[in-house]
Amino acid sequence: MRLITFSGPPSSGKTAVIINTIRALKNNGADVAVVKMDCLTSDDKELYQKENIPVGVGLSGNLCPDHFFITNIEQCFEWGMKKGVDYLITESAGLCNRCSPHISGVMAVCVIDNLMGINTPKKIGPMLKMADIVIITKGDIVSQAEREVFAFKVRQANSKCLILNVNGITGQGCTEFATILSEAQEHDAMTGEKLRFAMPAAVCSYCLGEKKIGEEYQLGNTRKVEFHD
Amino acid sequence: MINAIPNEKIDKIIKSYPYCRDFFEAMVVDYPPKNKYQLTVKEYFDSLDSYELKLKGIEQENLVSLFVSFLENMEERQKSVQWNIESLTIIGGQNKYGERENVSICLKPGDVVSIVGPTGSGKSRLLGDIEWLAQGDTPTKRKILINGTIPPQSWRFSIEHKLVAQLSQNMNFVMDLSVEEFIKMHGESRMISDIEEKTRLILEKANELAGEEISLDTPVTALSGGQSRALMIADTAFLSSSPIVLIDEIENAGIDRKIAISLLVTNEKIVLIATHDPVLALSAERRMVIKNGGIEKIIETSRNEKEHLHELEALNQKLMNYREILRTGGSF
Repeated sequence: MRLITFSGPPSSGKTAVIINTIRALKNNGADVAVVKMDCLTSDDKELYQKENIPVGVGLSGNLCPDHFFITNIEQCFEWGMKKGVDYLITESAGLCNRCSPHISGVMAVCVIDNLMGINTPKKIGPMLKMADIVIITKGDIVSQAEREVFAFKVRQANSKCLILNVNGITGQGCTEFATILSEAQEHDAMTGEKLRFAMPAAVCSYCLGEKKIGEEYQLGNTRKVEFHD
Repeated sequence: MINAIPNEKIDKIIKSYPYCRDFFEAMVVDYPPKNKYQLTVKEYFDSLDSYELKLKGIEQENLVSLFVSFLENMEERQKSVQWNIESLTIIGGQNKYGERENVSICLKPGDVVSIVGPTGSGKSRLLGDIEWLAQGDTPTKRKILINGTIPPQSWRFSIEHKLVAQLSQNMNFVMDLSVEEFIKMHGESRMISDIEEKTRLILEKANELAGEEISLDTPVTALSGGQSRALMIADTAFLSSSPIVLIDEIENAGIDRKIAISLLVTNEKIVLIATHDPVLALSAERRMVIKNGGIEKIIETSRNEKEHLHELEALNQKLMNYREILRTGGSF
């Protein structure tokens, strides 16, 4: 089975791109299942079900979504194997720009959109800078020049990735994208595979439910703002 | 040359590749200070604090190879500024019912072709095929030839070889920049040298297209619909690297469409216009009729149609005159 991990800031168009891509994959005769990772609630389950795509939903709740993702990836993979699909796509939102969900040897896709501003590519960490494929959406509503500059900025932040412009509404670009996914590496299991980069760390009193403000309540892995004036 | 980069001194690299500053900017890594100019590239990256880099999401040992591929990319980009296309050939495949298209069309720079057909008939699929340089591997099974031959597959993924620039009615500027800064930024991303001259040219032409004068210090987001369209077209004509321009319906207001198209044509673009407007559709020499996801036929604009075009243009002009009268507070 081929595992494809999708990540990207909220509302960048991940679900729309995935659905259109799955349509193209199905046209080529492939079976696909999706695991959607979200924080509080997810309405996307229905969207996938409407397309007859087997879907699992994981809600990270009060945990860091990245950590939640990686501690569940084995089970997700096993679920996909049991379904007997050719592709398992995981979708998770990158909420803090320092997210780092990519796994070595597993095709990693980052979805961002043209409306995020040209400084966004450099502001996003490993999620974009270590992705194999960066998909840029919402190109139909900004000018040609902005599209070109935005793609250029992505190229500067990740000189090795493939950059694809995809229209999440019409699906333009998804057939092509599906062709690339067929070249993704196949795996039998996820156990023992490795993250490309360490995830954001947080083991402090607030992780464990502390609510009060003040030095004496802060324990564990914390860091302070430095003011230089 | 590129292979030697890790062992070159920083000051030499900065002189040979002035744009390497963007790498540090994009990776959020400190630009080398003067006192480190004598270090080699590898020594400099090794001298950085690996904990600090980790916080920013960067693996220290990867920096050298990232830097090298960054420079490779930028070099490639500079080279492809002179990217020449002599012809684009679309060889028909099939429509969504699997019926053969039986058409083939060869387009040369300066050609204008309109695309007509109901919404959802397959215009964006056609565009998609051209962008992807389809070789029978898309649902339509069409083939795209460049200069009469199959283009290198690497073009599909290279942002320097994007074939199609798109201009559509619902596009807007979203950047927080003035007109001047905006053009400069686009020029810099193309790595061209004569940005000032280009800026002057683009503004001059945009003003010929737009009804209302655009000034260099206007924020692009504050331009009117017509002004935005005018600037987008002038910018695409002079600064976009893409040899093919697809116009998806330009509204008949606030911009002179005839000048707009001729501007693209004189800049050696192949122009495709998807439109429902008869004036625009007939102003092209040929039109592609799209139906059921396929190219149904290609029609040459006949002499009879050209004569009708004059009538339609006169009607159009009449409408525009009334529009202008009302807009300026007049009555009739």
